[in-house]
Amino acid sequence: MKIDAIQNGIVIDHITAGRGMRLYELLHLDDLDCSVAIIKNVSSKKMGRKDIIKIDSSAHINMDVIGFVDPQATVNIIRDGELRRKRCIEMPQELTDVIRCMNPRCITTTEQELPHVFRLTDPENKIYRCIYCETKAERKY
Amino acid sequence: MRSVIDIVDLSVEELRELMQTACDIIEHPERYREVCRHKKLATLFFEPSTRTRLSFEAAMYELGGNVISVSSAGASSAAKGESVADTAKTVSCYADIIAMRHPKEGAALVASRAATIPVINAGDGGHNHPTQTLADLLTIYREKGRMDHLTIGLCGDLKFGRTVHSLINAMSRYEDIRFVLISPEELKLPSYVKKDLLGRRRIPYWQTTALEEFMPELDILYMTRVQRERFFNEEDYLRLKDSYILTPQKLKTAKEDLAIMHPLPRVNEISIAIDDDPRACYFKQVANGKYMRMALILKLLKEAGTL
Repeated sequence: MKIDAIQNGIVIDHITAGRGMRLYELLHLDDLDCSVAIIKNVSSKKMGRKDIIKIDSSAHINMDVIGFVDPQATVNIIRDGELRRKRCIEMPQELTDVIRCMNPRCITTTEQELPHVFRLTDPENKIYRCIYCETKAERKY
Repeated sequence: MRSVIDIVDLSVEELRELMQTACDIIEHPERYREVCRHKKLATLFFEPSTRTRLSFEAAMYELGGNVISVSSAGASSAAKGESVADTAKTVSCYADIIAMRHPKEGAALVASRAATIPVINAGDGGHNHPTQTLADLLTIYREKGRMDHLTIGLCGDLKFGRTVHSLINAMSRYEDIRFVLISPEELKLPSYVKKDLLGRRRIPYWQTTALEEFMPELDILYMTRVQRERFFNEEDYLRLKDSYILTPQKLKTAKEDLAIMHPLPRVNEISIAIDDDPRACYFKQVANGKYMRMALILKLLKEAGTL
């Protein structure tokens, strides 16, 4: 299977196999009008299998989303067909309006304009909790 | 602006200061009768509460201050759809400090972020109720004379009881604290609380379904209500409800200086025969709650530069 190299854009590499679609959704890549490729289950010496996302434009990417979904992923910035910058990702301390609190008793369910904010409370186990009600963030993968 | 939403918003040192102030208020109430003169506490209670609201109001009156009040969501602009943040901003124009109870979890945090005056969380749904924990801590301090080297029995609904989770959180910051968790299987302390609060801090604890099993070891017995609505079927409730009723018989092996506590209201989980036992502290706990609320109001008003 051949996906063309991109000239100017972003490659999100080393995504844990199976998390590519979740990243696609949370990064709202469906809103972009440029070409976006999700490549699933690519063979990888380091990871066995991995997912890759290629974005054929210099769109703004919310790094916090990647840090939340898959902090081991890397972000490569491509300019004129060459790797300009390679960024390793860290888990963000706070995550705003990326995921929603699912606790029906949380204040965010009645106050629609409140930002949904989650805080990293247990880095070892990658657990985020809602700052309002402390409900654990659901990870859909 | 400093607010108190969760008991862990207060450091151990601040808790010590609050308890000192509360003890000073108890000893010298005359010194505090006018300290909040011309200051106003707004009590915003968006769900029914008798004791907590009265406690806050009594606290402010005993400091010489005044109280303005919203007694129910139906009687406020929240019924017209006003947001918690807008209510907090509005009330900031009228009062010097807010005590707020709301059925939604996190409402007090939202209010504190919007208000320009201190906000005290007087209960946000089943989430936090820090001033109840302050009452508990002062009771422990006054009854035992220390906050460390204690074996604390927690009995009843450990799954949904917010006072229990807050008390564990607060007490596990002191040295040599051990917990005995006494509950039916259905109402055991949630594993995340065990892991986050006890496991990570390496606090020793034991779990049992029998109230009498660890009775001789306990320095404090904190009773809570086993609520019928928490059970999936009536049979289980009927089978278990009497196991967690404290009677003089069950206290036979208890220490002479055991402190029996309860956040109240009590239904039947402590026999009234125990009310006259010198070890019963639950009504002292109510009084201690008022003194700690007085100390907290003073602290927050001072920090806000209002006093």
